[in-house]
Amino acid sequence: MALLAALALLALFPFAGTTFYTELVTKVMILAIFALSLDVLVGYTGLVSFGHAAFYGVGAYALGLLAPKYEAANLWLTLPAALAFAALSALVVGAFVVRVKGIYFIMVTLAFAQMFYFVFHDTKFGRGSDGISMNFKPVAAIGGFTPFDLANATHVYYFVLAAMLLVFVFLRVLLNSAFGRALQGIRSNEHRMRSLGYPVYWYKLASFTLAGALAGLAGYLSALQFGFVNPELLSWHQSGNVLLMLILGGTGSLYGAVAGAFVFVALQEIFSSVTTHWQLLLGGTIILLVIFLPGGLASLGGLFKRTVVGDPDDE
Amino acid sequence: MDIYSFLIQFLNGIQYGLLLFLVASGLTLIFGIMGIINLAHGSFYMIGAYMAFSLSALAGNLFIAIVVGIVLSIILGVFLEWALFSHLYKRDHLEQVLLTYGLILVFEELRSLIVGNDVHGVAVPAIFNWSIPLTQTLSYPVYRLFMSAVCIVLAVLLYLLIARTRIGMMIRAGASNREMVQSLGLNINLVYRLVFALGVALAAFAGMLAAPVSSVYPGMGTGVLIICFVVVVIGGIGSIWGALVASLLIGLADTFGKVLVPQAAGVTVYLLMAAILLWRPEGLFRRV
Repeated sequence: MALLAALALLALFPFAGTTFYTELVTKVMILAIFALSLDVLVGYTGLVSFGHAAFYGVGAYALGLLAPKYEAANLWLTLPAALAFAALSALVVGAFVVRVKGIYFIMVTLAFAQMFYFVFHDTKFGRGSDGISMNFKPVAAIGGFTPFDLANATHVYYFVLAAMLLVFVFLRVLLNSAFGRALQGIRSNEHRMRSLGYPVYWYKLASFTLAGALAGLAGYLSALQFGFVNPELLSWHQSGNVLLMLILGGTGSLYGAVAGAFVFVALQEIFSSVTTHWQLLLGGTIILLVIFLPGGLASLGGLFKRTVVGDPDDE
Repeated sequence: MDIYSFLIQFLNGIQYGLLLFLVASGLTLIFGIMGIINLAHGSFYMIGAYMAFSLSALAGNLFIAIVVGIVLSIILGVFLEWALFSHLYKRDHLEQVLLTYGLILVFEELRSLIVGNDVHGVAVPAIFNWSIPLTQTLSYPVYRLFMSAVCIVLAVLLYLLIARTRIGMMIRAGASNREMVQSLGLNINLVYRLVFALGVALAAFAGMLAAPVSSVYPGMGTGVLIICFVVVVIGGIGSIWGALVASLLIGLADTFGKVLVPQAAGVTVYLLMAAILLWRPEGLFRRV
């Protein structure tokens, strides 16, 4: 019931608020897609990646680099291209990193992400640290027919909302399927899965590639919304932020990923209105969160119940 | 490349590698012994460098600054372990990553508040401020040789500490089986606190030592952290010996890579890591 209410709220939001808030919520929904993509890896497969921003950036830069200078790019051509590039990068990186586990995995994903950052920040291919500005928003034209106008903030909002819902439903179905259950089995006990005969390496690689492709989708939408890409999209701050969204909302829960994105942006907005040194407040919040509320906001409900009603195991 | 240029680059590579070893050994110890991944380790390097800058401005002498800095960093290490890291022993990797990431943000902003965001230089101490002439045009700075010598001495001391002292025995035992050590009546919490403080002090000392050579700038913590991760991945978690070999390998690869293939300057190290990952995913050496 609460879910339908939230959905209705999201659907009607643009009519209530100003353009500023419409664009803000659009930004949040894009980050929600990003968080959902990482949740596949972290929450369901048990692989903590600290380099996920690399694929987000690849998706964004795909649009930035493919967009012609003097005319608008075509949405239906550039979006699949961005997805393909993101998936391909994830496949190549995954082939290396999925071989290692636990702490090594965290470190090598960070290292590979830095390599990507270097390519976009320091080489001519990536156009350097200033990034790329696009003169025109992509056009959603098929033949002569343009169903919606991506220069209009409200249209972009609904397009992103539709994308987010599609990703959510897709992941819900996928993660409840045999494939999804295998991933959760791997998170739970990799050796057992191996002894049951599952080709664990390929499952992990598939999960990594899928997560990378969806991150690329989020990146593409981000480039679409802002009309601008720069190397900071691939920075490890971005990778850290999306992990933070997951712990804010609670890992392993698709709702948690979406909620985490909303809370993260809310925190960012609140903190930066208080001081320019808002990262200090963010850092402090993260530390307190990990120490006192590691299950994220999703665990608040259980915590409240136990405090007020009491633990049935105590009787 | 003639023999003297090669020698210069070789010495540079060794010096960079040894410095990396100081920082990476702390990282690998903290993970190997205590099981905690500490993303804020690079921040300690940065804190050391900024301490060298501010303290040597106050004291007028880099050596005094370094001694004071080491004491301060040990105190910082003990405090951090008591206040924050002791909560992390039983937690999973994601939580450790996030807490230490939050710590990086806090350290960076505090530094910004206290010292600002400027790039600073630290003067090389007068005793070492000369160069050994190699040819008519080339010479090698003595301070860099001093740095390498100090790092080698520290590496030997570290080895002696871990392998030949009682404390070292407790550390190694605690790494294998924490509960057993506790039930034998040893204070494992104190041991962990010492190990953590040692790691912090090593990283901060490396920052202080490197300050005259690499200058003091805001992004230095992040830069060194990521390279140290590569060191630990290549060398093997928990292995000091692996950290030494890997650091030297990376120091040389990075230095020669920058000179021979400048277009790919930043990625040489990552390519090396990728190659090692294909061949030996667990790193070159097992745990010490």
